[in-house]
Amino acid sequence: MVASTVKKLLRAGDWLATPLNAARYLETINPLWSDHGRGRVERLIQETPDTVTLVIRANGAWAGGEAGQYVQLGLDIDGVRYWRCYSLASPVQPGSREFSVTVNRLDGGRVSTYINDCLRAGDLVHLKATAGDFVLPAQRDDQKLLFISAGSGVTPVMGMLRQLIAERSGADVVMLHFSPDYAHCIFHDELRASNSEQRRIHLAVTREDARDGDLAGHFSADMLEQVCPDWRSRQAYVCGPSSLMSAVSELFLGAGLSSQLKQEAFVLKRAEVPEGAGGKVGFVVAGKQVDADGKTSLLEVAEGAGLTPEHGCRMGICCGCLATLKEGQVRDLNTGEVFGESGEKVRICVCAAAGDVSLEL
Amino acid sequence: MKQSKSRPLTREQVDQFGAELDALHTRVRDDLGQHDADYIRRVFAAVRYTEAAGRVLLYCWFLPPLWVLGVLLLGLSKILDNMELGHNVIHGQFDWMNDPYLRGRDWEWDIVATGDNWRETHNFRHHTYTNIKGMDDDIGYGLLRLFPEQRWRPFYLFQPLVAVIFALLFEWGVAIQDLRLGRYFKGKMAPGEMAAAFRPVGRKMRRQMIKDYLVFPLLGGPLFLPILAGNALANIMRSLWTYMIIFCGHFTADVDVFPKSVMNGESRGQWYLRQIRGSSNLRGGKLFHILTGNLSHQIEHHLFPTLPANRYGDIAPEVRAICRRYGVHYNTGSLWLQFGQVIWRILRYSFPSKPVPVNRVRLLAE
Repeated sequence: MVASTVKKLLRAGDWLATPLNAARYLETINPLWSDHGRGRVERLIQETPDTVTLVIRANGAWAGGEAGQYVQLGLDIDGVRYWRCYSLASPVQPGSREFSVTVNRLDGGRVSTYINDCLRAGDLVHLKATAGDFVLPAQRDDQKLLFISAGSGVTPVMGMLRQLIAERSGADVVMLHFSPDYAHCIFHDELRASNSEQRRIHLAVTREDARDGDLAGHFSADMLEQVCPDWRSRQAYVCGPSSLMSAVSELFLGAGLSSQLKQEAFVLKRAEVPEGAGGKVGFVVAGKQVDADGKTSLLEVAEGAGLTPEHGCRMGICCGCLATLKEGQVRDLNTGEVFGESGEKVRICVCAAAGDVSLEL
Repeated sequence: MKQSKSRPLTREQVDQFGAELDALHTRVRDDLGQHDADYIRRVFAAVRYTEAAGRVLLYCWFLPPLWVLGVLLLGLSKILDNMELGHNVIHGQFDWMNDPYLRGRDWEWDIVATGDNWRETHNFRHHTYTNIKGMDDDIGYGLLRLFPEQRWRPFYLFQPLVAVIFALLFEWGVAIQDLRLGRYFKGKMAPGEMAAAFRPVGRKMRRQMIKDYLVFPLLGGPLFLPILAGNALANIMRSLWTYMIIFCGHFTADVDVFPKSVMNGESRGQWYLRQIRGSSNLRGGKLFHILTGNLSHQIEHHLFPTLPANRYGDIAPEVRAICRRYGVHYNTGSLWLQFGQVIWRILRYSFPSKPVPVNRVRLLAE
């Protein structure tokens, strides 16, 4: 009711705000009044030496999401906006619209390093809608669930576990979580405290001696049989490094139970590109793919493939040829610089393929 | 006939010249960051706040000084929106920020001209074919004769009057520039084609008119007319200022215009050279530069149109030093000196002039 009145007022205000909209004026006063998803970092919690949890309060424009899904988080770092996906590590609180994401520092990771080292309470972030089906079943009170996670793969699982606890769900849970050692076990204390008759949580360490009752070593079918003999009758979730993902999915495939396993992978593979090499160029709108060398502009490649992309000066100054990069990286032919973020607009008249790329053309 | 103030360069010199400017460009581009992002967002906020303040003050008709202040603030806001914000963002100067709000391709500004038309006439035609006669429509905007290279016609005798009317209605002139009405009147464009080209322009004009001349005045109730007048004055203020600054950028006494033949095999260095010889700067203080959208650094802007304009002032001394070393004339002066030269051109070339030798302007020495 209130929301629809506000919307009507804003639409009327657009006549005063043209060619912008009324929301752009409001967010000049307070960025959280934007009609785009924005959030304020309320608290930071240091989980391990290289993992931090952000508790974020979202504005009304953000659509919300379910624990276990991932949200796209946008951060302005030295003036440039970067987007990264992080799992919701908690349910979204209905009243305050608070939720948390937990970010593990990656080697050379610009955004994860920034979040761990520079982000402060009170900073603002950009939010896009959540996505993903790594969520609890809708009917869950009489369900039997199995969570398997390793390293920072615990974050979406923790989101679901916290949701089950918050709603006092009757679901029966077995969880098996791997970390290299206790110091790097994210949510260690909370996991220990959450262990109960109904939610049996097993910790395993791979590079340290296991303490009382904990497991040692990597995932194996025997280990699973030992902690969860009825795993075949459970809805299972796995999230972690690719070695764990493939071990678990092979086990379920062998048992003919793949449909009972939900998987969430964090890491996307980016090929190492030798200096000056080109690659395959995909044009997703036109549905074409061609080979290109590392010195022909993507505009010429597109034209060679029979496309007629919008363009202007063909020398990198008018920005009339900007196209959205879907995947991969490009090389600026003027400077030799290799760059590219998914979703970034690139001047195709002065950029060439640096490895495989796909463009929204 | 006056010779160009720049001496022709050898091919090697031109290449070297271009390489030095490329290096300067790379250095600044690599240095872009938070400072530049903060700057353009501050400009955006300044535009919005001055606009809001100006529009509110216009409702103070009962206190005339406040109403006058309202006109000035709204005019200032429209000038900033037009120049330091709109013009520069539309060039893609802040695309590196990856912020959809500041993306050149999608930007719309508070002026009757559409961003799309501007991207075509200005970003592409004017900046690529700067001062090439027959390619760059900005040479006289199809309305004025500013260079002896343009053929004289009797119509140009009315030019001093036409120029004044054009200045007052400059935002409208810019709005219809891309329609190329001349071609339509010569029968080179079908009515249907013209109607289709006009549709988005008409929509933008309508919305701008409804805002400034209907909705805001209506909100004033009995103050309808004073508000309407205030908005009209602010728009005229913007038109006069932008006209003056833009004309000073390419129509001062010592700028060169070029024949189409310069484009044959033009190297990057030659392109840079043409940009410098076709542009002129304005001297002034920091606030003045901001109000011109840093087009007071027209030369730097034409060399590096996609570099954030707040950097032009920093690199100007280096560009000037490079020009001095190669004997390339760096055209700069006060607003009054430069605009005086523009007025002189408008008056002088309303009358016939002696034909110009074909290859008067040479970029290369051989």
